[in-house]
Amino acid sequence: MTEILDKGPLIPRNREMHPDPYFPDYKTSVARSPKQALLSMESGHSEETGPTFGHGLIGALDNNLILNWSKDGTPAIGERILVHGRVLDENGRAVPHTLVEIWQANAGGRYRHKKDSYLAPLDPNFGGCGRTLTDAEGRYQFLTIRPGAYPWPNRGNDWRPMHIHLSVYGHSFGQRLITQLYFEGDPLIDRCPIAACIRNRSQLDSLVAPLDMNNSRPLDFLAYKFDIVLRGRRQTMFENRLEGM
Amino acid sequence: MVQKLETLVETPSQTAGPYVHIGLMPTYAGNPGYYHEEVGSSPIAEGAKGEVIEITGQVFDGTGWAMRDALIESWQPDAAGIFPGQSGADPAVSGLCRFAADAESGLFTLRTVKPGAVKARGGRLQAPHISLWIVARGINIGLQTRIYFDDEDNSIDPLLARIEQRPRVETLIAKKTAPGRYHFDIRLQGEGETVFLDI
Repeated sequence: MTEILDKGPLIPRNREMHPDPYFPDYKTSVARSPKQALLSMESGHSEETGPTFGHGLIGALDNNLILNWSKDGTPAIGERILVHGRVLDENGRAVPHTLVEIWQANAGGRYRHKKDSYLAPLDPNFGGCGRTLTDAEGRYQFLTIRPGAYPWPNRGNDWRPMHIHLSVYGHSFGQRLITQLYFEGDPLIDRCPIAACIRNRSQLDSLVAPLDMNNSRPLDFLAYKFDIVLRGRRQTMFENRLEGM
Repeated sequence: MVQKLETLVETPSQTAGPYVHIGLMPTYAGNPGYYHEEVGSSPIAEGAKGEVIEITGQVFDGTGWAMRDALIESWQPDAAGIFPGQSGADPAVSGLCRFAADAESGLFTLRTVKPGAVKARGGRLQAPHISLWIVARGINIGLQTRIYFDDEDNSIDPLLARIEQRPRVETLIAKKTAPGRYHFDIRLQGEGETVFLDI
């Protein structure tokens, strides 16, 4: 039996399971979506390799947004929550030691960004970004404040549902993914044109984190569970093509 | 009935939104000191082997406006064409860079080493290139593309060879403007639209 030296190419992305790049209700997408078809080809080293990050990168409070911007230990204001889950690939395998980064608005829906001029105030003890590495089983967790909904200048009266932005690398540059976590029961999800860019309902549902009482801590925080699935690789005994990338 | 396919579906992408920089480039977003070390601030460290180059450009939307809020990541091998993590890789090349269009001018600059040619599956060579991934408000799923160089032999490259409309090949090729300097614009839509990839 031949030893498998090549972990195989990335499974092609099923773009029907992703949002439409051109979605006129989300107005900014109109001028920012390519008109030409994407050029597809089997992945090669450029897509199958990717950056690795050591534990030395991560500071002690990097995954604790309640405290990581506080100068004197005063916790951020808002609903204290734990966000946790696993990073898996399409084959159901855990993705260990991969970087997960998040960013979000504060409890009032205001971002700590010079371009955000929403009238809700900043929280002096809340910065709104965090990062962590998954463990050997692909698990990650963040302690944070549940972000508020906020208005945005799209249609006449559009409001984003409460959400946390997530960025994940996986083990290769071709797995790179940015997405958004929504919260179970938020009535704004079904009114949001950014969420509606995803046509497949079960795919949109996969961005909604359920309340997870088992992982909440009494008298301290509630928990929400959010698993992330990245592209997998086709593992084959017959990787004998001589052509390709 | 048939056996059940035990596969998962990839999590759907969502736009990075207008405030992507607070999460991925805190200093650029006006929040310096968030982390003791930011991810991807340079793809090379002191002593990286090869020619140090600077690539500048802009990202244009479909109206011809240079976007001010795009965030780009680049990924590349070292000067010998070996990726970080592969055996023999230059330890001074981390390969990843995060950079942003300037909030005033929309200009970006990527300072790195020129990558070497990469061997493909089966041993065929690809012309030297840098992979790019572009996210911003209005982009629902990150756009993948590549930078090639006009002073390299790009005729060997299997991906470029696949572009049927030959004038579109030019959209992936950085133009040398001076020694060690290149220009590369990205057009999301319309005339001169950059070739984007699904790989």
